[in-house]
Amino acid sequence: MEKTQNNKAWLFVLPVLVLVAFSAVIPLMTVVNYSVQDTFGNNVFFWAGLEWYVQVLESERFHAALWRQFLFTGIILSIQIPLGVAVALAMPRKGWGVPVCLVLMALPLLIPWNVVGTIWQIFGRVDIGLLGHTLFNLGIDYNYTQDPLDAWITVVVMDVWHWTSLVVLLCYAGLVSIPEAYYQAAKIDGASRWAVFRYIQLPKMHRVLLIAVLLRFMDSFMIYTEPFVVTGGGPGSATSFLSIDLVKMAIGQFDLGPAAAMSIIYFLIILAVSYVFYTVMTNVGRER
Amino acid sequence: MDLSWMAWTWPTAIFFITIALLLLAMGAWEYVRPGGGPRVGILGFETTRGDRLFISLLGSAFISLAWLGLLGPPVWGALVVCLIYAVAVFRFA
Repeated sequence: MEKTQNNKAWLFVLPVLVLVAFSAVIPLMTVVNYSVQDTFGNNVFFWAGLEWYVQVLESERFHAALWRQFLFTGIILSIQIPLGVAVALAMPRKGWGVPVCLVLMALPLLIPWNVVGTIWQIFGRVDIGLLGHTLFNLGIDYNYTQDPLDAWITVVVMDVWHWTSLVVLLCYAGLVSIPEAYYQAAKIDGASRWAVFRYIQLPKMHRVLLIAVLLRFMDSFMIYTEPFVVTGGGPGSATSFLSIDLVKMAIGQFDLGPAAAMSIIYFLIILAVSYVFYTVMTNVGRER
Repeated sequence: MDLSWMAWTWPTAIFFITIALLLLAMGAWEYVRPGGGPRVGILGFETTRGDRLFISLLGSAFISLAWLGLLGPPVWGALVVCLIYAVAVFRFA
C-alpha cells in the first residue's frame, strides 16, 4: 500500500521557526552586521571590515578571559558531574526521604541568579558573613575581594552549590527509570557494587548525563550574573570571564564593533564544543 | 519595513543569502534523494548531508578565524582553503 503524503505537519513547525527567527536568527544576523562596522550611536555605521576580528584575536585581554573561562568550565564540570552522580546514587528510591530530598535538591535551582550572587557576596564577607567571619575566626586569611584565589574558590563553590542539584535531579531521573529486574539479575550473578554502577546504572544514565554535561557546559561557559554580583570580575580581572569582559566592552566602553566580533567568536566556540560533546557522547552510547 | 536597526551591509547580506541558498539547495537535495544519505566516513561516526554541511560551515568559520589571527586580512586565501575543506568533508566525512 502506498504511504499517504501529508505535508500539513510543516504548518505545525512554522510557529517554532518564527520564534527561533525572532529570538535567535535575527539578533545573530544583527550581531554579525555590527561586527564588521563601527558606530558612535544614532544608528550611524562605518564599514570596518574584519578589523575588529583581528583586534579581538590579537587581544591579550581576550586570550586571558578565554583561558579563565575554559579553566572555570573545566573545574565546574569535573566537580559537578561526579558529585551529582554520587549524590543521586546516595538518594533514597522509596519512602518519605524521596520528596524531602527532591525538594532540598530543587531549592537552589529556584533562586534567581542575582539573588544567589548576593547571598554568597554577604556569606563570604569577613565582617558580617557567616562563612567569611567563621574562616577569619579559624585563623584562615580569607578575603575574596582582595585575593584572586579566594575569589575563584568562592565563585566555584557558589556555582557548585547552585547547579549540582540539576545534575543530581537529572541523574536521579535516569536511576529511578532502571527496572528492578536489572538489579535482581546482578544480585543473582553476584555482581559487585562497582559492577552494578559500571554496567547497569552508568549506561542507563547515559542520556541524562549527556544532557547534564551539555547544559552545565553551556551554562558555565556563559556564566555572568553570579560572579558579577560577587566579585564584579575582580580582584583586578581575576574572575573576569568571557561574558563579563564582553559586557564591559559593549556597555561599559560602548565598543559595539569589537564586542560583536567577540560575541561571534564566543558563540562559535560554544557551538563547536557543544557539537563535539554531543557527537562524542551520542556515539559512545551507540557503541554500547 | 525599516531594517536600518539591523545595520545591514552588502557583504554581510551576500554572506547570509549564500547560507540561505545553501539551505534551500540542501532542502531540494533531500526532496530529490530523501533519507539524508547517512554514512560512516573518516570521522568514524555516522553523518548525514546536514551534518556534513554543519561540519563544513563550522570548520570554515574556524579556518577563517585562524587565518585572520595568524596571517591577517584579506581572507581570500582562507576562502579557498574553506572550499577545499568543505569538498573534502562532503566527499570523505
